[in-house]
Amino acid sequence: MSIETHSPVIEAEADRSVVLEARDLRKHYAVKRGAFKPMATVKALDGVSFRLQAGKTLAVVGESGCGKSTLARSVTMIEPPTSGELLYDGRDVVGRSAAEMKELRRTVQMVFQNPYGSLNPRKTVGSILTEPLVINTAMEKHERRERAVAMMGKVGLRPDQVDRYPHMFSGGQRQRIAIARALMLNPRVVVADEPVSALDVSIQAQVLNLMMDLQEELNLAYLFISHDLSVVRHIADSLMVMYLGKPVEHGAKDVVFTRPRHPYTRILLAATPRVNAGLRSERVVPKGELPSPLNPPPGCAFHKRCPFATERCAAEVPPLRPVDERLVACHYAEEMN
Amino acid sequence: MPLLDIKNLSVEFTTRAGTFRAVDGIDLTVDEGEVVGIVGESGSGKSVTSLAVMGLLGSNGRVVADRMMFAGRDLLTMSPGQRRKITGKDVAMVFQEPMTSLNPCFTVGFQIMETLRVHEGLSGKALRSRAISLLEQVGIPAPETRLSAFPHQLSGGMNQRVMIAIAIACNPRLLVADEPTTALDVTIQKQILDLLVQLQRERGMALILITHDMGVVAETAQRVVVMYAGQVAETRPVDALFEKPRHPYTGALLDALPERALGKRRLPTIPGMVPGIADRPSGCLFSPRCRFADVRCRAERPALFDVDQGRARCFYPLADGQHAAGDIPGEVF
Repeated sequence: MSIETHSPVIEAEADRSVVLEARDLRKHYAVKRGAFKPMATVKALDGVSFRLQAGKTLAVVGESGCGKSTLARSVTMIEPPTSGELLYDGRDVVGRSAAEMKELRRTVQMVFQNPYGSLNPRKTVGSILTEPLVINTAMEKHERRERAVAMMGKVGLRPDQVDRYPHMFSGGQRQRIAIARALMLNPRVVVADEPVSALDVSIQAQVLNLMMDLQEELNLAYLFISHDLSVVRHIADSLMVMYLGKPVEHGAKDVVFTRPRHPYTRILLAATPRVNAGLRSERVVPKGELPSPLNPPPGCAFHKRCPFATERCAAEVPPLRPVDERLVACHYAEEMN
Repeated sequence: MPLLDIKNLSVEFTTRAGTFRAVDGIDLTVDEGEVVGIVGESGSGKSVTSLAVMGLLGSNGRVVADRMMFAGRDLLTMSPGQRRKITGKDVAMVFQEPMTSLNPCFTVGFQIMETLRVHEGLSGKALRSRAISLLEQVGIPAPETRLSAFPHQLSGGMNQRVMIAIAIACNPRLLVADEPTTALDVTIQKQILDLLVQLQRERGMALILITHDMGVVAETAQRVVVMYAGQVAETRPVDALFEKPRHPYTGALLDALPERALGKRRLPTIPGMVPGIADRPSGCLFSPRCRFADVRCRAERPALFDVDQGRARCFYPLADGQHAAGDIPGEVF
């Protein structure tokens, strides 16, 4: 739990298991607004820092457009960040040689949201699973196939299904294939972008259980991107809530869920539909929608939708600071009880 | 008399692989001003049911029912022309994906006014002002300027509001909302659900809310119909259903929710999956996945039995989430 406690002793102890650290990660895109207008900048990711430990899950939550997927693309090195550091095993990604980068990319794998779109319909499960091995290893054909069959068993698919095509599987089974593919190169970090949101409740439970079992067995670190707070509450160890490219609250799961200090976190929690009437919290109704990232409001990006906003919020950007065992970016975090 | 009264509705599709019964003998009644939630996993037949009610099924869908009455009028014997006059006017529908169900080639204003032109015969200034007032009612800021906007210029939440404006344009008595919030963020989902409930109360219209999200149903509906493989598994008032589910499928679905598994690491799951076109069991359709299934469940199809405050399709309905063997209620039919 190194993220929120800043005592040097705990940090030193936690350091050993930190596989991935992001320091002030930023990703800005230049976008055209029209033929004669100047280019505008979208700050898709604007100062994100976190540490991810082996065997732990960091969940990133927020509405669409908050920068969750940009974060995933940066962490998986699909796109380099504009600025900031991305450290794997304490060493920055920037400045590594091509050979080192290739090696590094193997250790971070991704599971995508839609298992209907992320699997090539013209390839069999066997060739989907062995493709990473063909590209990255010098294994013989029969070795690759053995590995694929073994991995299928691990994710709960029958080995005799190895020559089938994706369309012959249900959504849940396809997501198992996608998870198996991500694990073929023995990664240490798995970035899962909404891995269960396309699945039915009963199937969602199966896939979540599988992910937790695999994490335990292989000591995987998960960066779990989701909008579903009840799923996050179940699977995560720590939680980062993002709004317009910035983290607004970041801390251990139990701390953030039981005593949210940022109004946005509270609104997200209140807006999540609950089955148990007793668990429904006070009805803080969210106002309006996410502002355009091209033209974010001055001061706190959330102030226009915030029920507690004051003049100070419109003028001053609240820094991310430690309050009550977590980091939070709100001027009035102390008063949010 | 209920507003919508459906008895023994089946919908069959003819495919190359044979005839597939997507909806299998369901009964559905909706009273004036009632909010009924239909929940089920994909493939349970909930969307096909709503399309059958709306009369929007394609030509390969065959609708059979003992009774299908809306406001005292028989939907089965009605001519297509008469049906067209009801669809979109007295019975309206909000679809799942606002981005794909609005026509990208026409402005939002045109699409709202089209409904009013066809069903109410409005034109000119009256038409325009009705459209503006509708956009206002669904909470779209600056409605006068939005009339000329195209769907791609609006956000998903705003488009869904436009869809709702189109649906309520002719003051329908029944609104069918098929997964109205699935494509939206939670905060926007909350806004849209609040809007639907507010409109439903103000206008006293009946609302059928179709969703796979148990939380959405629990917070919105008065009565819930749980569907499984084209059949009604359980139908009861919302509080009773979520507090003490009687059908093992409802119980298992609720147990699989992460929200209910606080403190437990592993989530309880339902093994297997919804039976498809070829693998329908001969007994209870849920029996291959049911923890409590016995010889009788595997051999015989249970009818919908009366249980407290509703009905459940199970020989051995749960009591307090437990299997109550021996407690077999009498058959209804």
